[in-house]
Amino acid sequence: MRYETVIGLEVHVELATESKIFCSCSAKFGAGPNEHVCPACCGMPGMLPVVNKRVVDLGMTAGMMLNCHINRTTTFDKKSYYYPDLPCAYQTTQWFAPVAVNGCVEIETSKGKKKVRIKQIHMEEDAGKLVHDIMPDTTHVDFNRTSVPLIEIVSQPDLSGAEEVIAYLERLHALLRFAKVSDCRWEQGSMRCDVNLSVRPEGSSELGVRTEMKNMNSLTAIARAIEYETARHIDALENGTEVLVQETRRWDDVKGKSYAMRNKETAGDYRYFPDPNVMPVVIDDAWYAAIEASLPELPEEKRARYISELGLSEYDAAQLTQSRALCDCFEDAVSVCGKAKDAANWINSEVMNILNARKMNFDMLHIDGKSLGALILLVADGKVGRANGKKVLAAMFDDTTIDPAVYAEENGLIVSHDTGMIDAVIKEAISSDPKAVADYKSGKEKAIMALFGKCMKQLKGNCDPQVLHTMLIDAIKATE
Amino acid sequence: MKLYTSKAETAAASVVVVDDMILTKEMPTAAGSKMLEGYRSLFDAEMITRLHAAGYEIGGKAAVGEFAIDLVGETAYDGACVADGILRNAAAEIIKAGEAKAVVGLDVNGSVRRAAAQNGLISVKPTYGTVSRYGTVPVACSGETVSVMAKTAADCREILEAIAGHDDKDGTSLSEECCAQIKSGGSIAKPAKVAVITGCNLTPDAEAAAKLSAFGAMLEQNGISVTAVDAGVLTTASAAWNILMSAELCNNVSRYDGIKYGYRTENFENIDELYTNSRTEAFGVLLKTAILYGSDALSSENYMKVYDKALRIRRVIADAFAALFAQYDAVLMPACSKMVYTEADVQADRYISFAENCYTAPASITGLPVVVAGGVQMIGKAFAEPMLFAMAELYEKEGK
Repeated sequence: MRYETVIGLEVHVELATESKIFCSCSAKFGAGPNEHVCPACCGMPGMLPVVNKRVVDLGMTAGMMLNCHINRTTTFDKKSYYYPDLPCAYQTTQWFAPVAVNGCVEIETSKGKKKVRIKQIHMEEDAGKLVHDIMPDTTHVDFNRTSVPLIEIVSQPDLSGAEEVIAYLERLHALLRFAKVSDCRWEQGSMRCDVNLSVRPEGSSELGVRTEMKNMNSLTAIARAIEYETARHIDALENGTEVLVQETRRWDDVKGKSYAMRNKETAGDYRYFPDPNVMPVVIDDAWYAAIEASLPELPEEKRARYISELGLSEYDAAQLTQSRALCDCFEDAVSVCGKAKDAANWINSEVMNILNARKMNFDMLHIDGKSLGALILLVADGKVGRANGKKVLAAMFDDTTIDPAVYAEENGLIVSHDTGMIDAVIKEAISSDPKAVADYKSGKEKAIMALFGKCMKQLKGNCDPQVLHTMLIDAIKATE
Repeated sequence: MKLYTSKAETAAASVVVVDDMILTKEMPTAAGSKMLEGYRSLFDAEMITRLHAAGYEIGGKAAVGEFAIDLVGETAYDGACVADGILRNAAAEIIKAGEAKAVVGLDVNGSVRRAAAQNGLISVKPTYGTVSRYGTVPVACSGETVSVMAKTAADCREILEAIAGHDDKDGTSLSEECCAQIKSGGSIAKPAKVAVITGCNLTPDAEAAAKLSAFGAMLEQNGISVTAVDAGVLTTASAAWNILMSAELCNNVSRYDGIKYGYRTENFENIDELYTNSRTEAFGVLLKTAILYGSDALSSENYMKVYDKALRIRRVIADAFAALFAQYDAVLMPACSKMVYTEADVQADRYISFAENCYTAPASITGLPVVVAGGVQMIGKAFAEPMLFAMAELYEKEGK
């Protein structure tokens, strides 16, 4: 018998807010243990939750990016369970009226395009972290992550295997980063996912027994886990190797196996009820319109526009639209210099080179796109040589406040139009290398390059290459 | 009789005592529970900040029953306040002894109102959202209200005006504009028509009934018409409030797990035993019952049948009050079925406060303002505090 796999995903994404969801503690990753805590987020009595509006902004943004219906009245609910990393023994989440419902995401795989339906997106607070390895027999708890805002994106069971799952996750990753909803760093846990999987005979409309693998945090692990779990389910159905039960499993990526979690860790009734301390959030027309207006173009829309309106090549457009930071830099540069092709060239070659050399990813690009535009103009107008332009760019990476024109001026990187000085340099070059002059005259045209290089070096690059080339030929011809 | 959990040395005239549900930096807050014995808050409640700003000194913390869900404080973990078998309320005793101008406390299940009524004092439970709950030990957040008890209506109003107002730190706090309405100033419309509720779940005894009729007679002598109205759906308020209060309580006290602060058992081998034994050893019987009751109401099996139904009853009761206020300016109700509670009462029924609250639950569940005077409750529509105080002052002038 042939089988098909049915997969639904719950993807958790930490929102890119400065502060936590219900208090003013920093939501940043990487502080020392319990440095970002206050009486509210470590569960002391008497503090009341006040919703961070930015969280709702980003929840709505995510909903709109994933083509969801936005609930104009959205409410927060309490979910109760005991665990030492949850200081109130309840998590504030959205159960009855999540911020966004009924969306869809289009993905593309080797089998073509497909729509994956989104059931809902809800906002909630993260839990803290247990640290087991400081002292033997003692567990420590770090509440820095407690109440960091999250959204959970729940898909319908529309995915049929690892390839589709990866395509879906990559698409979510791109859209959410483009909209600056989250930095989506798998390695820091700001994006993680639960995989719900079942297997059924091909063509059947009934769902099989479902298992859930929790807290997956890398694409390769997810792909491997799906392959393993699918094989395990089929083996059970085909050969009766085990009886499948609905359960939560943990994926061990080192051993390449999934294990059932203790029943105690997963069983329980969460006793959801509306949080009486958080008034329903009502999204009025003005708020809705403001978020709608703030949505970025989708990457593919930008790509198409860069090609059709700005005349970029497919390659250049595709390179730029890999990241919102590259697009923002490009668009800012073009707004100043008006030269789209030049700006694309600069970013896709010189900027990329520096990013690679400094081991920075695209999203870490921090230079001011408008300054880049000014630099491009200086080079295009022949005021700064291209090689010196790269020096200015490198300086802009070190200090983002640099004005390229001022920097070039102060550091002697401006092209000289003093033909007298150029003339003198040429004369010296010719007299120091009579062989090259003779070779050129006898028809070896390449011989001029040695003289050209010598002059350019002497001029510190501050010379229009065309001008130098013409003057050099004229000077050689003028020799005996 | 232990009236205070902490007492400050002060000779100031403007001393206000707060009850032990109010968090203070300077003094510990136990909320009447062994679980929080010696617990010291890192911050002051908003009302403490406001009282200080208005020039009042905090004279101490008045004892309360465990998480303030009992009759008048008898479930305090370190002993009930009892004299000759009669249950006393610490806050009321402090006021009667002239040791404070007023006591500010948290009215969760009507204890402040019952105590004021039984001790011939004035209390006000203001409109929900007009006094910040920031820094109150949370129990039943959807209805509990910071309340004031004092000897006179003037003192009650003075302290209420000092603590009322919008607070950004409380998401349920109403706007400054709304809060301003409960303060005095301008002309106060004298009520013309008042309804007296009859047919409550429990029949008041002769003494309690006499208080109610005397108050009605006093109003009539002052030209206010008094009409008896059957309780109708208001009789469902107690059951609904018991569900909502217990459910919220169960959730709110779940943070006391022995991990972070508060009582921790010495008797544990693993995390489950740490949770279970800490809570088993530190919580009293009434609280445990409320936890179980609330937990059951919120279970996925019972949520729609029990909790959601209680939420809908809350709406029905609010509608019933709206209908009453379309015809009457205020509603009179007893505050308690008898004017003294004894130890024997609680021994006979340890859950007595879940039945006695048939009088206090209607205003708790709807957040409507209540002033207690002359041993009875006067309930008004939202922001009707000035009118309710005017009636209390009428009673002070004429009724005594």
